[in-house]
Amino acid sequence: MSAIMNQFRPQTGAAAAASGAGAWQALPDPVRSVVLRLLALALLCLVLSVASDAFLTSANILNVLRQAALLFLLASGLTLVILTAGLDLSVGANVAMSACLAATVMKATGSITLAVFVGLACGLAIGVANGILITLIRIPPFIATYGMLWILHGITYWFMRGETIHGFPAAFRALGSGHWLGVPIPVYLMVVFLVVGAVFAQRTRWGQEIYAVGANPEAARLSGVPVKSRLVLVYAVSGAMAGLASLIFLARLNSAEGDIGEAMTLPAIAAVLIGGTSLFGVVGSVFGTLVGALILTLVLNGMNLLAINANWQPVVTGVIVVMAVYLDNLTRKGDGR
Amino acid sequence: MRDLTLDTPSGDGMRDLMHRLRRSGSASGALVMLAGLCVLFGLLAPNFLATSNLVNVALQSTILLLIALPMTLIIMTEGLDLSVGAVLTLANVVLATIAVKTGGVGLSLLSALAIGAVFGLLNGTLVARLGIPPFVATLGTLGVAQGMALVVTDGQSVVGIPESVQMLYSGALLGVPLPICIAVIAYLAFHVVLYHTRFGACVFALGGNREALSLAGVRMRWYLVAVYLISGLMAGLAALLLTARISAGHPTAALGIEFDAIAAVAVGGTSFERGKGWLLGTLIGVLAVGVLRNGLNLMGVSSAVQVAAIGFLVILALTIDALRERNV
Repeated sequence: MSAIMNQFRPQTGAAAAASGAGAWQALPDPVRSVVLRLLALALLCLVLSVASDAFLTSANILNVLRQAALLFLLASGLTLVILTAGLDLSVGANVAMSACLAATVMKATGSITLAVFVGLACGLAIGVANGILITLIRIPPFIATYGMLWILHGITYWFMRGETIHGFPAAFRALGSGHWLGVPIPVYLMVVFLVVGAVFAQRTRWGQEIYAVGANPEAARLSGVPVKSRLVLVYAVSGAMAGLASLIFLARLNSAEGDIGEAMTLPAIAAVLIGGTSLFGVVGSVFGTLVGALILTLVLNGMNLLAINANWQPVVTGVIVVMAVYLDNLTRKGDGR
Repeated sequence: MRDLTLDTPSGDGMRDLMHRLRRSGSASGALVMLAGLCVLFGLLAPNFLATSNLVNVALQSTILLLIALPMTLIIMTEGLDLSVGAVLTLANVVLATIAVKTGGVGLSLLSALAIGAVFGLLNGTLVARLGIPPFVATLGTLGVAQGMALVVTDGQSVVGIPESVQMLYSGALLGVPLPICIAVIAYLAFHVVLYHTRFGACVFALGGNREALSLAGVRMRWYLVAVYLISGLMAGLAALLLTARISAGHPTAALGIEFDAIAAVAVGGTSFERGKGWLLGTLIGVLAVGVLRNGLNLMGVSSAVQVAAIGFLVILALTIDALRERNV
């Protein structure tokens, strides 16, 4: 296989000797990037299983998967946004507001269906509002969603008045803490949305148009892509996914407070960037984000197992974000782009 | 060097004039907003127009001004510093801890400035030398500083601040409260640096036309690092006033103040995309944010709603800016 591939590349003697390296070079960039990250993931698992006896227990593995599932659901929508070279800083505040609204509705009416609908609709509406600010009014994405963050934050705190809503029906709690065949429900959702997200991004016209917008909005527009409506779409998807994540989070915690999702923005962005999606758009995939979510969750889980003060977690997440972008920059320079 | 201060070709007098008019237009916009808020709260909020309350607004605005001045420079370079609130908080807890131990101002202020300088250099290096987009680089350092503030204090408040530190907020020089003296000096220093030095001209050019700047042989990366360094140092200085004001170190003391600063800059008419900005607008913006918070306070509105109101103010200011730019 590698010999066939190497026929098409001029080689020096040394490189020809290392035909394995040649095959590696011949792989498409996205494949190489995902393989590297999977290797990092495997290495991390190896280190953790040596460092802590508690790591390789089925209870801990399922716990990691459950946490990664929540992070992935939030980060998968964000991946589409970042593929267009945009950013959504409001996802954490969106989770908080959607969760609190859904909790209030569930308490008031007792209807799970209505609460789920309200949570999703709230997330979606916030996403659409972001999309409108960015496309129609043309406010830069990071500052529009940053302003949105604080608006949502303020309204949620005002609405909750420092109170906690807790105690939801068992049927709703199953969404976050239930199992089927021994595997947590959120993990099934993760798999479903991984497939849906990957197929949508890689195999549909709309998905490809999103990549095109990220590459060059002007060129995309000239080749007939409705740039604005695709941009509104990605922010709407990001908002709706935040709404979904808020429901799962709510079901797992079985309580809602004003600050419920606040600390989730940085990890969500971190998962996308660790997964190899570039802040400058175009490069990246939903599958990469899954690997990124797993890596970040494992790091934080490892810190827990090793009894490291939880206050260090934002420090580590911050460092990882910056390093991920830096490494991405290095690769881009390496490609001569 | 002067021609670098404009984003229009030099010698193009008509566009230069338009540029100036637009700039004063955005300033009058900020003034209208400030005046509107004053009238609104004068009517709605009891005691808003009392002298003691207005002095209070000015006093409370001083910390925000110290943060918003460097934020103006950063936004003019098409950057952003989201970490400044967390850095200010970290400097606050470290300053408080050292002040409690040593009982003096000197060493504690030095440590706060050092923390600000380290984070400023870090931000500047990440943005200017490593090419990481500012909002992500500073979001990362926000996490780092916030976590460190929690680690240093273990989530507890630091109390027992010595009298000598508290005096810095309550004291006065020739009848003028000390914080206002510091704020005035800081404003004048920024004015001189931005409008009357080569450094200031480069800050304008960093947002307007980087390519021209590097072609002109300016080592723009160093200037960009310096802008973030200044922001860190000012956060360290602001930590002194903050510690004196709240008489404590608290691991969440100033989290989120970066948003007030960004709001002040946006209301002041500095643009996020085109490297245009000006300092007087930021001063007016700081007062507008201060009046908004104070007035809502007097009306008994919770701080959560204040934050949401400032959010709307930012979106409003940016919308006006975007619409104005489109009509030119």
